[in-house]
Amino acid sequence: MSSWIPLWLHRLGSPPTFYRFAGALRPWMLALALLLGAIALYGGLVLAPPDYQQGDDYRIIFVHVPSAWMALFIYAVMAVASFIALVWRIKLAEVVAMESAPIGAAFTLITLVTGSLWGIRMWGTWWTWDARLTSELVLLFLYLGVLGLYHAFEDRRQGARAAAFLALIGIINVPIVHFSVNWWNTLHQGSTVRLLGPSSMSDAMIWPLLTMMVATKCYYLASLFARARTDLLALESGKEWVRQIAITEGRA
Amino acid sequence: MSDFFAMGGYAAYVWPSYAVFLLVLLADAIAPTMRRRRLLRELRARIARQAARHNRDGASPTAPERP
Repeated sequence: MSSWIPLWLHRLGSPPTFYRFAGALRPWMLALALLLGAIALYGGLVLAPPDYQQGDDYRIIFVHVPSAWMALFIYAVMAVASFIALVWRIKLAEVVAMESAPIGAAFTLITLVTGSLWGIRMWGTWWTWDARLTSELVLLFLYLGVLGLYHAFEDRRQGARAAAFLALIGIINVPIVHFSVNWWNTLHQGSTVRLLGPSSMSDAMIWPLLTMMVATKCYYLASLFARARTDLLALESGKEWVRQIAITEGRA
Repeated sequence: MSDFFAMGGYAAYVWPSYAVFLLVLLADAIAPTMRRRRLLRELRARIARQAARHNRDGASPTAPERP
């Protein structure tokens, strides 16, 4: 491969190296996710004041919006990993793509359910076929489609490549979800948090939201590392390094 | 304290949202741990079978088969 890619990145792509790397980093990511998550929950549920229109119902935002961001973020990661897997046939990229799918599906499910719970009182309906809600549901089906296709093949690597192709095509839905509130007339409100320019939200509400965003990112890494490690053991089960791990952990 | 749990009359919507968030992520966290435990158990059983076959056949020069 190209010489501009540093050597350590090549090494990290090798299953036993990544297995150790992910194993060392995972507890830290999980601890960080729990700590930041607890802080964000306290800030969102206790410290943040009620909304002047929505009262305390708006507090659903602190789980709904970070989950929605993760649903899109994980899809983007899955699509990039799928692209790398299809072009360079790197085993680790296949693993990252396929093990991102269940986590992304979990966050999409949370987004849809918490959105419905929020909608009951604020919109007077738990579901409507408008652009944002429908494209988010399509996102869930894309995740489930990727998972289904992956598991439909006897040969796991063949399944991963077929599913990676579907994941890559499905990336078209990500900008549709994001911009749906601008492109179509929808019941769902537009963005209140902006990277560029001021956000239309008070500081007391925005810091728990951003803290929860970082917490969910850390959680994603922790979950991905755990899943990827297990997957690498299964894929390389005939190799010596996996035998060593099986024997060592059996003794413990 | 009861004010806190009442959530200004929206308790029936706020708390289930947080419960869904925590429970779905908890399930997501437990799943790979269970899978890993099962996988390592299977691997150890396979290694034990190979060792048993190796001992029975005597010192065979061929490498142990790998399914």
